[in-house]
Amino acid sequence: MEYGNAPEDDSPARSWLDGHDKLFGTFINNKWNKANEADIPLAPSVSPSTGEVLAETVQATTDDVDAAVEAARAAYESWSALEPHVRARHIYAIARNLQKHSRLLAVVESMDNGKPIRETRDADIPAAVRHMYYHAGWAQIMDTELPNYKPVGVIAQIIPWNFPLLMLAWKIAPALAMGNTVVLKPAPSTRLSAALFADILAESGLPPGVVNIISGDNDMASHLSAHPDVDKVAFTGSTAVGKHLQRQLAGTNTKLSLELGGKSPVVVYESADLDGAVEGLVNGIWFNQGQVCCAGSRLLVQESVAEVFVEKLKRRMDTLRVGNSLEKNIDMSAIIDETQRDRIQSMVQIGIDEGADVYQPKDCVPSDGCFYPPTLVTNVQSTSTLVQEEIFGPVLVAQTFRTPAEAIKLANNTRYGLSAGVWTEKVGLALETALQIKAGVIWVNTHNVFDAAAGFGGYKESGFGREGGKEGLYEYVKLAWKKGGKRKVGDNVKENGVEWGKPRTKPLPSNPLQSNSLGGIPGVDRTPKMYIGGSQKRPDGNYVVPVMSSDGEKLMGQVGDGNRKDVRDAVSAACKAAPGWGKRGAYNRSQILFYIAENLSIRREEFASRIDGMTGCGIEEGLAEVDMSISRLFTYASYADKYGGHVQETPFSGVTSSVNEPVGVVGVVCSDDRPLLQFVSAVAPAVVRGNAVVACPSEKYPLAATDLYQVLDTSDLPGGVINIVTGQSDVIAKTLAEHQAVDGIWYFGDQEGCYNTQRLAAGNMKRTFVCGEGRDWMDREQGEGEEFLREASEVKNIWIPTGESMPGGGGAY
Amino acid sequence: MSTEALSTSDLPFISPLPQSRESTSKYNPGMPLDNHWVESSNVNHAGLIRRASEISGRRTVKKANQAAWLLRAITCIDLTTLSGDDTRGNVQRLCAKAKNPVRRDIMEKLGVPHDFVTTGAVCVYPARVQDAVEALEGSGIPVASVATGFPSGQIKTEHKLQEIEQCVADGAREIDIVLSRDLVLQGKWDQVYEEVKLFKAACGGAEMKTILATGELATFENVYKASLVCMMAGADFIKTSTGKEPVNATLPVSLCMLRAIRDYRDRTGFRVGYKPAGGISTAKDALTYLALVKDELGDSYLNNDMFRFGASSLLNDCERQLYHNAFGEYAADYYMPSV
Repeated sequence: MEYGNAPEDDSPARSWLDGHDKLFGTFINNKWNKANEADIPLAPSVSPSTGEVLAETVQATTDDVDAAVEAARAAYESWSALEPHVRARHIYAIARNLQKHSRLLAVVESMDNGKPIRETRDADIPAAVRHMYYHAGWAQIMDTELPNYKPVGVIAQIIPWNFPLLMLAWKIAPALAMGNTVVLKPAPSTRLSAALFADILAESGLPPGVVNIISGDNDMASHLSAHPDVDKVAFTGSTAVGKHLQRQLAGTNTKLSLELGGKSPVVVYESADLDGAVEGLVNGIWFNQGQVCCAGSRLLVQESVAEVFVEKLKRRMDTLRVGNSLEKNIDMSAIIDETQRDRIQSMVQIGIDEGADVYQPKDCVPSDGCFYPPTLVTNVQSTSTLVQEEIFGPVLVAQTFRTPAEAIKLANNTRYGLSAGVWTEKVGLALETALQIKAGVIWVNTHNVFDAAAGFGGYKESGFGREGGKEGLYEYVKLAWKKGGKRKVGDNVKENGVEWGKPRTKPLPSNPLQSNSLGGIPGVDRTPKMYIGGSQKRPDGNYVVPVMSSDGEKLMGQVGDGNRKDVRDAVSAACKAAPGWGKRGAYNRSQILFYIAENLSIRREEFASRIDGMTGCGIEEGLAEVDMSISRLFTYASYADKYGGHVQETPFSGVTSSVNEPVGVVGVVCSDDRPLLQFVSAVAPAVVRGNAVVACPSEKYPLAATDLYQVLDTSDLPGGVINIVTGQSDVIAKTLAEHQAVDGIWYFGDQEGCYNTQRLAAGNMKRTFVCGEGRDWMDREQGEGEEFLREASEVKNIWIPTGESMPGGGGAY
Repeated sequence: MSTEALSTSDLPFISPLPQSRESTSKYNPGMPLDNHWVESSNVNHAGLIRRASEISGRRTVKKANQAAWLLRAITCIDLTTLSGDDTRGNVQRLCAKAKNPVRRDIMEKLGVPHDFVTTGAVCVYPARVQDAVEALEGSGIPVASVATGFPSGQIKTEHKLQEIEQCVADGAREIDIVLSRDLVLQGKWDQVYEEVKLFKAACGGAEMKTILATGELATFENVYKASLVCMMAGADFIKTSTGKEPVNATLPVSLCMLRAIRDYRDRTGFRVGYKPAGGISTAKDALTYLALVKDELGDSYLNNDMFRFGASSLLNDCERQLYHNAFGEYAADYYMPSV
């Protein structure tokens, strides 16, 4: 009773390839451009299952990049100005045409990428279509749903080879919906479905230049991402390249979203349906040969069931079928290319060398073609290379745990945070685990379920930004009041980068400083200190910086000159405070913020005169700033319990819930503008959404912030939630940006600071929120609102299936 | 896809049917009721549904393989009539079809002897057992009888036992009993167990298939637990449905029961067969069920010692599909000899 062969017919796909003479050029302005010179560089598209060269693709040059960006820029003028309804119709037409050609797309994708036809037919293509429909809807209602936003401009999108068409769709759809134009670069090894998509675009009547598709090598990609006329880069791929982009685009005011690697855990509790969990792993690690950024590649199974579970898993592996991608009754097909297969093989060899046990079903892969068997690695520890490193292949590594707490700890013991699976029939345990694993997507009792209505993206070094859901739209819009476009980072700024953040010794004033005195009697000295872990701390270096009155005549105070160790201590205090604070009830957080506002209002005049004293703004302006600060605290106290997330309307049978979680520890570096209000405007949203903050107040006017810690002390704020480090702001910003325990950094200041902050933040891929142009903090539109809440949050989508009653219906449903 | 007819050389691999039992005997002596095992069962609803819904996308059989699979499917059919208006006449017609399930010319075109396959059994009500036994005499095809107050089971245990004994006395070699759903829904597993044990004893040498009536058990967890209890009590087969519940055999329920069979085998070493019944009417459905059994339990369960379809119209559709395999044209159902 053998299954035998059941090949999908590939003749329509071959006929399409023949129609293009098996040669694809650049697609710019809805035209295929195939240069005629004989020496034009070509790259082959190879079928991984068979090794056959399916077609050749022209390698775009940097000139082609310029032409594509220029086309996108020209098209942007009219595309962005279209009525939302017209844009909706265009995207709807694309969706329809994709659907019409869905089988051809599925076959082409399967041939070119080597993934099973079942997956392209049942997963990739339907999901791509769904993204188009979903975003056609957003185009239609953009004006009412995103009233204060506008398109970003020209978007460069660089996508990988593992989901060529799906990645294309979920990048292009929101970009177009929000009124942007696109230059898309498919991966070098998988370009054919993008070429077919281009044909479909032209057929759909999309105006020329709105979507341009060019492919090429890494230099071409780098030229594209750094192009001076590209306003945003969206990248999916490796963490190493993601970091490179974060550095490359630092300080340029280019939006960036990154969807990167993963080492996603699948937690199997003893209370799980073990057979169900085995199937979850089939979908988790052997979907697309494990070449999935959110693959469930790290099994964590409770000790009490580990032995029986691993046996069940091995037995299931024995029934997995591996074969040519166009075969219909296979579970796995080919690895993308020899390089990747060699990499997988060498990783597994490292595991073996380190003492791991490797299980692979016998003789399950075809002798020809680029295949690798489903693989289970046991007898590994957290220290094992295979537990730490992403393999990007069909290799599952298994560890055991004793308790839920240990499961969560092991699950989070990774630089990545893309997804996780949780298997248990206990709902409380499932949700506890789901909420505590730091990852952007959590699947309860399922794995690798996606939909356009739910955002996809990671925490930590899995990148930032979301694709899908309303949360994904913000990657393709900017606030209407924002004027700043792309900026070039000057060579001088880059050269100064070495000096930036180095402590400077400030010369003391040549004249003796005058302290405040009252009628000849010395005033009682008030020494503002650092505020760390809820206590006032002297600066580690025990140096101070004078704060002068606005006329430069009087010494208003001397604040600590914070150094690296002060920042270290503050971050440590914030790390300690963050988990408990994040778990506090929203009601409680809001009460504390209201209380801060109340206590600030009691000292309204004092703060106003302090601001006036430092800045010379006048007492009226000072009062206005304090009043606005109080109002702002009210705003964010209000948002404590009104920004928690929502239920996503996916077709999934169950609940898909987006939860706005805290980012974690956030560093905030303020400029000198509006020293109290700016500090409050930045710190309050971060704190109210559950983050712990290390804040560096205005370097020049720090006393408004240091005065504030007395207010904080009397407002029931737990120690460590807000930490204040005064001193040289670039020194503090640099230390924060480099600190790996800091999850996000907000920098308000000059372009040089933005550049360096973003550049250094790439080390652990901090979320950065920088503003080098200044903003009117007194203006509500600019100084408060959703932008800040969003930056203070990490969107986690939790998928929880419903079901206990047996469904009706006979036969095979 | 191509609609070319098969050539006879495409079918060399069809093995004589049915296969003999494996050396690890199917015989299930049962075991003491293990309440802890039963109560600690975890069945994930959504996971079952997903796996079950994927099987037809992951597995398909075409051409020669399909013909072979369909022939195998036919050998696994308990060709069934369970109606109030059953008579000696229509039971005879059914039995004749059981002996000659596929038109001779189709078999010959496929290159196999015309008597290469029969159905696995004929399944009737107790009052029709003797009719069926007579009609099947010499064919080797066993008669299965439903019993124990089929389909509702709402009669006293003593009468259920008498019914079983009478069926066996009349020549039924297989007895399809029904569970007392009231006991299942109240979680009285000890009483379910005791009753099924009594049924087993009453069956004597006849094989016992226990019908769970899954459509009335509300949850997959109940289905799984009931499957375990029946096997502990000595069931030779576990079967989904009477065909009379609002929902009968489904793929998710089958997956749930197949996993119970596997878990029971893993713990005890005893092999128990599986019979989905009701609602399986197309050749395509049958192939999907076979694929599910193959992938979940292995090839050794793909024969009529370990697997049966409780069906009536399924046979006709398989025959039509075989016609298509043989001749490359689609057949009307009235071109096939009717049951």
